[in-house]
Amino acid sequence: MSATVVNRADRAGRTGLVHRVLGPAEERPAWQERPRLATRVGKVVALVGVCALVAVPLLVVVATSLASPDEVVENGGWVLWPTDPTLATYRDILSGGTITHSLLVSVGVTVGGTLISLFGTITLAYALSRDHFSLRRPLLLMVLFTFLFPPSMLPSYLVVKNLGLLDTYWALTLPVAINVFNLVIMRGFFQGLPKELYDAARIDGAGELTVLTRIVLPLSRPVIAVIGLFYAVGYWNSFFHAILYLNDSGDWPLQAVLQTVVTQGAALGGNSSDALADTGALAAPQSYQMATVVIAILPILVVYPFVQRYFTKGVLTGAIKS
Amino acid sequence: MTSTLPRPASPEAPPGGRSGTAPRPRRSLAARLRGQRTLLLLATPGIVYFLVFHYAALFGNVIAFKDFVPFQGVWESPWVGLDNFERMFNDPAFWQASWNTLAIAALQLVFFFPLPLALALLLHSLARGRVRALVQSVVYLPHFLSWVIVVALFQQMLGPTGMFGGDVAFVTDVLSDPDAFKPLMVAQIIWKDCGWGTIIFLAALSQVNHDLYESAALDGAGPWRRFWHVTLPALRPILILLLIMRLGDILTVGFEQILLQRDAVGPEAGEVLDTFVYFHGVLGADWGYSAAAGLFKGVVGAVLVFTANRIAHRLGEQGVYK
Repeated sequence: MSATVVNRADRAGRTGLVHRVLGPAEERPAWQERPRLATRVGKVVALVGVCALVAVPLLVVVATSLASPDEVVENGGWVLWPTDPTLATYRDILSGGTITHSLLVSVGVTVGGTLISLFGTITLAYALSRDHFSLRRPLLLMVLFTFLFPPSMLPSYLVVKNLGLLDTYWALTLPVAINVFNLVIMRGFFQGLPKELYDAARIDGAGELTVLTRIVLPLSRPVIAVIGLFYAVGYWNSFFHAILYLNDSGDWPLQAVLQTVVTQGAALGGNSSDALADTGALAAPQSYQMATVVIAILPILVVYPFVQRYFTKGVLTGAIKS
Repeated sequence: MTSTLPRPASPEAPPGGRSGTAPRPRRSLAARLRGQRTLLLLATPGIVYFLVFHYAALFGNVIAFKDFVPFQGVWESPWVGLDNFERMFNDPAFWQASWNTLAIAALQLVFFFPLPLALALLLHSLARGRVRALVQSVVYLPHFLSWVIVVALFQQMLGPTGMFGGDVAFVTDVLSDPDAFKPLMVAQIIWKDCGWGTIIFLAALSQVNHDLYESAALDGAGPWRRFWHVTLPALRPILILLLIMRLGDILTVGFEQILLQRDAVGPEAGEVLDTFVYFHGVLGADWGYSAAAGLFKGVVGAVLVFTANRIAHRLGEQGVYK
């Protein structure tokens, strides 16, 4: 009793401020040495460094996008802390024109594509997770084989072309509708659900469809959230398929439009990307570029915290084992 | 071998024996599938997807052996045997692309591959759960940003008008220096995926039995020896698995990433096999030729996976598949 009190007081005294800010350290097992001061300092430096490497570029981008064009030019193209933050750049970009349109395209492709992908993945994963399904093994092998030998670019292009999907948004979703890795994760999760559930449902006379929609899906929310995020991020981030399959750059999604900015240097509003000129970007390319970048990052930043907690919670761990 | 013959219900047949006889009377596949209509229906969209976009595309590789003319179609184009391959092996541009690919892959293997493990060990050693969760959220994030964004961020930091570019730069312009291209590609993938790579190691580290550490410590093993004799053996299967997967993928080094930046340094330094296929096939309309390059890459990749997996089995590891 008294030992714990002393122990607690001791710890509180030693790490008072740190303790209050960062919360309690987990109990260190008795056999583990307390790390030396140098080790601890080294760890803190490494962690702060790693986090700064990730955070600083993002902060600079946000800050630059919020700064007034004059300030950006004055500072040589970047700003760490805007003296007079303004949303004028965003208002300009989002008031119609190429970026606005491409943003709508991106949202449409992402939402539609994710729904298609989840549907295809869930249905196939469910069928492949049922032990008594007679075609389970051959179909599984057929799917896994594609992992070993993924389709290369030109044959895929020919398939899309022959299906008449060129210059349609189907070309951005259907060819990448199901990801084998995601399928395997989903199947692993379904298989991990307790067998008794299935047996009970069977006794109640429920068909496979009822089992899937009433029992399996409600229990699979975490894995659906994670896989859905993977698909959504994939659709949102992809630019190459748009370049490959959509001839008219006016139909491109946001990342493909942004790509012209990146590959052509500071060409926002420049020569070949005349489509972008109507954003009025010529005045201060940098803040317009960075505002576009922020718009492209924002949806991910918004969704990320809600799904991120599942990453650590064994959704992926199960799949890794299988 | 006897599966096509009507099987007499011989009393001698061992129940569940190796001859393929099931313990209970088996109905024909068609009859069994009739009872599994729902499952079959559920699997159909996914299976159609794989047949069309993977297997049909795989079949499309025949154009590697043809002089493919788009308006004649895959069937009508004349066969040319191995001409495309012969031309390819005599093409210095192809060898340059192969060399660049292997060089970048090797740099990745040395400088990128071990980093997630190091970061995971650092994170795992943190006693405070809250700090660990915070750092994890930060370092996972870049994985979800598109290559367009990552390249834009690097430009904003290191480009001529970037934070560390222009007047303060060590080199005039890192981003367009052909000599710096390969290290730059590796630096970018480290920035993007090092944090995400820790997830699999952290999962494995959390599975290690703590009693092992305790008994090792009681036997007088210090932190370093505990790492060497407990942690590392526990991580071995995963390390080997990742290595095999990386080896099979060694000819793939970030297509989107390099496509975005190849033009800044030119094909001499920046062409890899995937961009070679794209620029010759899609943009250069040299279909059969670049399909040959794509097929070559796919076959080499599959052979590498087979070989690496074989070696893993020989070493008594599980590998990717059995």
